[in-house]
Amino acid sequence: MRILTLAGRRLAASIPTLILILIGVFLLLQFAPGDTVDAMMAQMGGGDAATARELRKFYGLDLSIPAQLGNYLWRLVRLDLGFSSIYGKPVASVILERLPPTILLMTASLSFAFFFGLVFGVIAARGVNRWPDTLISTLGLIFYATPSFWFGLMAIVVFSVYLQWLPPGGFEDIGAVRTGIWRVLDIASHLVLPTLTLGLIFLAIYLRIMRASMLEVLNLDYVRTARAKGLDETRVVTRHVLRNALLPMVTLIGLQAGTMLGGSVVVESVFSLPGLGRLAYESVVQRDLNTLLGIVFVSALLVITVNFVVDLIYARLDPRITAEG
Amino acid sequence: MDLTRLEINRRTALLTSAAIAANVINPMRAFAQETPRKGGVFTVHYAAEQRQLNPSIQASTGVYIISGKIQENLVDLDANGQPVGVLAESWEATPDGKTVTFKLRQGVTWHDGKPFTSADVEFTAMNMWKKILNYGSTLQLFLTAVETPDAHTAVFKYERPMPLNLLLRALPDLGYVSAKHLYESGDIRQNPTNLAPVGTGPFKFVKYERGQYIIADRNENYWRPNAPYLDRIVWKVITDRAAAAAQMEAGELHYAPFSSLTLSDLARLGKDKRFIVSTKGNEGNARTNTLEFNFRRKELSDIKVRRAIAHAINVPFFIDNFLGDFAKLGTGPIPSTSTDFYPGPDTPQYPYDKAKAAALLDEAGFKAGRGGTRFSLKLLPAPWGEDISLWSTFIQQSLGEVGIPVEIVRNDGGGFLKQVYDEHAFDLATGWHQYRNDPAVSTTVWYRSGQPKGAPWTNQWGWEDKNVDKTIDDAATEVDPAKRKALYAQFVKEVNTELPVWMPIEQIFVTTITAKARNHSNTPRWGSTSWHDLWLSA
Repeated sequence: MRILTLAGRRLAASIPTLILILIGVFLLLQFAPGDTVDAMMAQMGGGDAATARELRKFYGLDLSIPAQLGNYLWRLVRLDLGFSSIYGKPVASVILERLPPTILLMTASLSFAFFFGLVFGVIAARGVNRWPDTLISTLGLIFYATPSFWFGLMAIVVFSVYLQWLPPGGFEDIGAVRTGIWRVLDIASHLVLPTLTLGLIFLAIYLRIMRASMLEVLNLDYVRTARAKGLDETRVVTRHVLRNALLPMVTLIGLQAGTMLGGSVVVESVFSLPGLGRLAYESVVQRDLNTLLGIVFVSALLVITVNFVVDLIYARLDPRITAEG
Repeated sequence: MDLTRLEINRRTALLTSAAIAANVINPMRAFAQETPRKGGVFTVHYAAEQRQLNPSIQASTGVYIISGKIQENLVDLDANGQPVGVLAESWEATPDGKTVTFKLRQGVTWHDGKPFTSADVEFTAMNMWKKILNYGSTLQLFLTAVETPDAHTAVFKYERPMPLNLLLRALPDLGYVSAKHLYESGDIRQNPTNLAPVGTGPFKFVKYERGQYIIADRNENYWRPNAPYLDRIVWKVITDRAAAAAQMEAGELHYAPFSSLTLSDLARLGKDKRFIVSTKGNEGNARTNTLEFNFRRKELSDIKVRRAIAHAINVPFFIDNFLGDFAKLGTGPIPSTSTDFYPGPDTPQYPYDKAKAAALLDEAGFKAGRGGTRFSLKLLPAPWGEDISLWSTFIQQSLGEVGIPVEIVRNDGGGFLKQVYDEHAFDLATGWHQYRNDPAVSTTVWYRSGQPKGAPWTNQWGWEDKNVDKTIDDAATEVDPAKRKALYAQFVKEVNTELPVWMPIEQIFVTTITAKARNHSNTPRWGSTSWHDLWLSA
């Protein structure tokens, strides 16, 4: 019951933000020169003025901007995301098609980054200023400093072109029709490289944060007490230090869920995955306002959900937080 | 550096001429021992997804590369660039040029089993080509009716004379036929068939997964005997060009059409024996790089300034160092690949001459002020290709040297078209002019006055010349091919003199294709054609 109340309050608090974001994006896109018909002309390689006029009417662009915005918000109230001009079908179904690859990629990269960030952070903190720490910290810095598109391309060159271990792109094999577990394995093999590419940068951040917060907690009084009690080092670290050191990591996940949605544009393009990031990019270039607003709406919902889950994890890790909330 | 470059160029030139000679003597020699192999899946790089796939309502290579295999045109071009019948078997025009009769192929069926008849041609011409198709609506402006005396005859009636050679050179692109029975009810633009095309071609549409791939399979009932060879074609959507090159190398792609890879990848894969990188098969898709002047700027309305700007830019240097073998010096709006209309290089040209440029600017009254600056300009490059971006930077540096600082303003596609062709918010603009086999299709609109505001790739310069307008209008309705050619030569001379748009570089799209492919690149618009004879060797 308490969770439901919390969820309800969260949602109520985010609705005004959501509406402001949507209006903001709508107005921002009005400032961009050209509309979806100009973008379409650019793509077709030409057309006459009469065609353009007819298309503008077809897409409802002959109305004034406040009228267009009003129409949009009114549709949104009725949970209708509108019609996509590039895809020629309802925005909701376009987004629904693109959502699975994005969510898969996001979950996989976040888990990868979180898990290995944690492990490496702990190892580095325990061997601070000795060779494991130096090695891990240097690697972390390299991962952090390398642009992800370059990582992706190099991964393709090494693992797909030379070694031929993994597919160079796409979401699943087009040639063969697979079902059940084989399809799952096929999709998984397609996601290995994108996950690594997207995850490595975040891994670097996580391991730095984990290392720092481990070092901090390791110096606290209660850790000395635990050691004085005669607990062995592994037990001290897993039972006493880790739990407290995890709090900043969990905060970071909440913050970075949004960043990851944005960062996936590059990774989705390099690995030709049909995800939400690429759809967003395409709809900006094509000035497909409905689709873009739909994506903003869905992404915002995703981020709100992730942050809600993060709040729940907080409470689990540190009971004091629930007592206050 | 320059020496090596020169040597490579000379060697390639020698190789190319040797290859051409071999081709002339025995075009099939290389494949003489091989018998065509049936079967195989051919994978194609699809760089930019379109909103729909029906070539009867959208003329662009992004549509032809898919639907050119599924739907067919009345006429296409043969290996020598001459019109050859596809769905039309023969044609003739009356001497006044107002009636063109097509005899249609018999025994052709649509993929859904219904017969193809003249009613389909009549419906497509009147409702799609004339009303919706870009460039088609201009071409067929004076088409009044298509009569169908029987199921295999279509008679096109024109209000004004339609030169037969113009129609036959435009129809390969603007003459794709759609099935009347699938389109006659409802809004054509919203018809679901546009995303699941049905045609008469060698391949049948199977599936389109947006953002991922398109699949088409062999049409067992195709009208050409023993065709096609391939079992299946798969188009893979890959937006990142470097990733597409990696997929070529990994063997996941067989063909990257229309310069879809980066210039550096083209150069790299060109040295790899597994691929053929060439402009062959794209002669029908020639384009020129432009420099467009806005006459609303008083400096640019002065002909001396426009000529000075042209003289200030070292085009051969730019081509040699940035574009390499895939581009050549242009001489005007009609490229040298257009054997029917190219007037030769003897029209006014503007070779690199910095001193002359400075003298012309002085003469025009724009003397260098403090810091050597005469006046400054805003340049809008189109976002279509790397070459445009490089070219705009080169223009900026060249003009900077003669005292004209240039500010480059970059936009995406929609933004560029809006600002240049609708709002006229530019001083200089640069992009591509696409030449479509006949100057009347998409070339003369760059110069003819009276273009409606907002129409992209048309004369939006604020420039008008009655003589040029008259030449263009006369040529568009001239029925005698020799006289037409002479009129277009005169047109090139006139516009190169006035220089409202400068077209100094000629380019042809570059194909990257697996060395296993046979019967590829054998016509001037091969990437767009039906691929009925394409096969893959083992």
